[in-house]
Amino acid sequence: MKEYLLLFVSAVLINNFVLTRFLGLCIFFGVSKNVNAAVGMGMAVTGVMTLSSMFAWGAYSLILVPLGLQFLKLVVFVLLIASFVQLLEMIIRKYSPALYQMWGIYLLLIATNCVILGVPLINVESNYNFALSTVHAIGAGVGFAVALILMASLREKLRLADVPKSLEGLGIAFILAGCLSLAFFGFSGMINI
Amino acid sequence: MELWKIFSKGLVLENPILVLALSLCPALAVTSSVVTALTMGLTVMFVISTNNVVVSLIRRFVNPKVRVPIYIISIATIVTVASLLLQAFAPVLYKALGIYLDLVVVFAIILARAEVFASKNNVGRSFLDGFGMGCGFTLSMLIIGAIRELIGNGSLLGIDILGHAYPPALIMILPPGAFILIGYLVALFKIINKRMEDRQRIRGEAA
Repeated sequence: MKEYLLLFVSAVLINNFVLTRFLGLCIFFGVSKNVNAAVGMGMAVTGVMTLSSMFAWGAYSLILVPLGLQFLKLVVFVLLIASFVQLLEMIIRKYSPALYQMWGIYLLLIATNCVILGVPLINVESNYNFALSTVHAIGAGVGFAVALILMASLREKLRLADVPKSLEGLGIAFILAGCLSLAFFGFSGMINI
Repeated sequence: MELWKIFSKGLVLENPILVLALSLCPALAVTSSVVTALTMGLTVMFVISTNNVVVSLIRRFVNPKVRVPIYIISIATIVTVASLLLQAFAPVLYKALGIYLDLVVVFAIILARAEVFASKNNVGRSFLDGFGMGCGFTLSMLIIGAIRELIGNGSLLGIDILGHAYPPALIMILPPGAFILIGYLVALFKIINKRMEDRQRIRGEAA
């Protein structure tokens, strides 16, 4: 049990996917302009990440490894995730139009994204079993959502600030992310893994 | 002249990292030293040029409805080849790049060039476009890598430059430094691009 808890905490805070691993920066800077969008995106990413890492684990351990085709993992993961997200979009659109209104646009954005693909790749690299992979994916998603929501709140406040003209937009957003990353650095050393 | 334009637009005006702000993950993740930054840059240059050539060759046979999955398979195959090559001939660098090498697959810039340029142009021009974008990518990776290694470690390409009297500012090697540095570089490129556009406009008005 302790192992799972440690993995979860480390995925959320210490090895935060955005702020220390730099994955999913496109979403991080693209969808962090207001808090509501950030909450929706954070939830969508967490859900898709957990499910797709489960599928990827299945495809890798049950199909690719027995056949000795580990080198195909990249092609398989990319296709698996892209088609899974498409399927999910169709299902949501059919059964819950209200949810689709809220999430549909985010789903398309995350179909081919490094943060979603990164989790299964790290799982394979670290030889996690099914339960550990799932916990790791949930932790990564929650960490992503936390960072995204913090960033969106900061950027909402930033609108009132007087920023130099050349730094406006992306420039100041990066510097803010740097400060946030510095703050998250305080967590490192909390757990030794 | 036109060919030069196709090649050169990736260098500054449409620099993939600093102007278009596409594929930022590698620009931050593997630029803590010049060697890894250069390896990543060259890998991306290889993938993007090869993929542009492949997409341009098959552009007449691809049904537009399924083009994106086909491009993705092509990119994933090329990245797998590149990663196997690196693993075989430069295992140390392969280890240093880690999962970021595999993540080249989802770089928006590669898919964007296939979709925007290579699917509409002939093989030569597509190659040139991919090569130019790859050069621009490598160039910005090198700039970021050099600054981070020089300030954060006092060395370039692993050779000590600033000597022992210089206390290395470790923050530049760590993630926060990368974010802050890129913020300033984006601002710098914004100023340069604006100057160049102004100059072109003045020249246009004079002529």
